[in-house]
Amino acid sequence: MRSPDLLRHAWAVASKDLLVELRSRTAILSVATFVVLVLMVFNFGRDPTAVSNVDLAPSILWVTFTFAAILALNRAFQIELENQALDGLLLAPIDRGSIYLGKLIANLIFVATIEVIGLPLIALFFNVRVLLAPLVLVIALATVGFVAVGTLFSAMTVRTRFAELLLPVLLLPFMILPLRWAALATGLLLAGRPLSEVHGWLNMLAVYDVVFVVLAILLFPATVNE
Amino acid sequence: MKLLRVGHVINLIALLLLAGIYLRALAYTPVEASQGLAQKIFYLHVPAAIWAETAMIFVGLASVFYLFTKDPRLDRFAASSAEVGTIFCAIVLTTGPIWGKPIWGTWWSWDARLTFTLFLFLLYVGYLLLRNAVPDPGARARFAAVLGICGMCEVPFIHLSVYMFPTLHPMPIVLQPGRPKLPGSMLTTWLLSLGVFTLFYVGFVLQRYGISDLREQTEANG
Repeated sequence: MRSPDLLRHAWAVASKDLLVELRSRTAILSVATFVVLVLMVFNFGRDPTAVSNVDLAPSILWVTFTFAAILALNRAFQIELENQALDGLLLAPIDRGSIYLGKLIANLIFVATIEVIGLPLIALFFNVRVLLAPLVLVIALATVGFVAVGTLFSAMTVRTRFAELLLPVLLLPFMILPLRWAALATGLLLAGRPLSEVHGWLNMLAVYDVVFVVLAILLFPATVNE
Repeated sequence: MKLLRVGHVINLIALLLLAGIYLRALAYTPVEASQGLAQKIFYLHVPAAIWAETAMIFVGLASVFYLFTKDPRLDRFAASSAEVGTIFCAIVLTTGPIWGKPIWGTWWSWDARLTFTLFLFLLYVGYLLLRNAVPDPGARARFAAVLGICGMCEVPFIHLSVYMFPTLHPMPIVLQPGRPKLPGSMLTTWLLSLGVFTLFYVGFVLQRYGISDLREQTEANG
């Protein structure tokens, strides 16, 4: 399959998912509300006099995004279960890789939307400066990594018992690494350190992204082929 | 059935040899100067750790070949290796804190190698949970293979990442560049113990493989 076709088909799959979401807006509103609630839990679950905001902000940011992303990822293949929509998708004369890429793009846009909503809220509630270009880069790199693995895993877990529970159990061991690097980089950036100090973490995140996106494209057919 | 019995015999031999190793470690191997008797756990801890990690690599490799050949024997081997790996991980995670308490003064520290073993353990548990959650045997094998391959590919990342953590854990003394830095008698005991753990791995995997063989026959006979 030629690569322009691969991307065109991927975009077709992604835009279908995004259109469904745009029409109903249920998932995005639920997850956005969830983000606000998690931030409130954080606020009430700590002693503000003991730990300063800037020390806690990286953890708050990444724990919130992790949980929100897992909720979003569960949904990616759930919507294909109704009326055997997945079979229809698989019957389409397109490469399996483009189905995966399409799902990945839709999930990335979905999770990015959540992050765009969450980031200003973190800035507002915890009084930290988050609108830094390097921080956006860190968030983007980390998100690609765990959404790539999450999209692959949700294609499997959705057809198991306890899908909602199994996805986080399988995914979290794969999320912790990019999360750790991203949290360390975020901490340095929020403390006003220059980009050159987080260079190493950015490289690790980029390598992780490349390895797992390629791996997921190769492995995805095994999760849907009978 | 035959595999089951062979595995059983191998395990019994390994168990006897393990008792021998401990006799040798306690009576005929010198006591380490700074750690005292606590160091004896090293003969159990390190071989188990080596096999816990190697088992994951075997799971990953078997999974790769399974996806190409669709040979159910490879899937059964991967499942067996994962279960045995989980047990070895559990041994590492229990013996580690027992050693850590007298030497470090704490049962647990978020140390590089402890974190790595915990990661590995959680990967194994996730793998086994996934296998249990898929009723269809074909889908179960394919899903498990996908997860096994991802797990194998994550291992180098964890390795790389944990070495950036500050560590309290002793540095490698056997598998390191140059000569092993421990007295000959300790090295001999350790190598013997590694041999015994290799026997355990083979024995357990054979037994586990034999059990899944039997289960399949029972299911086929209705």
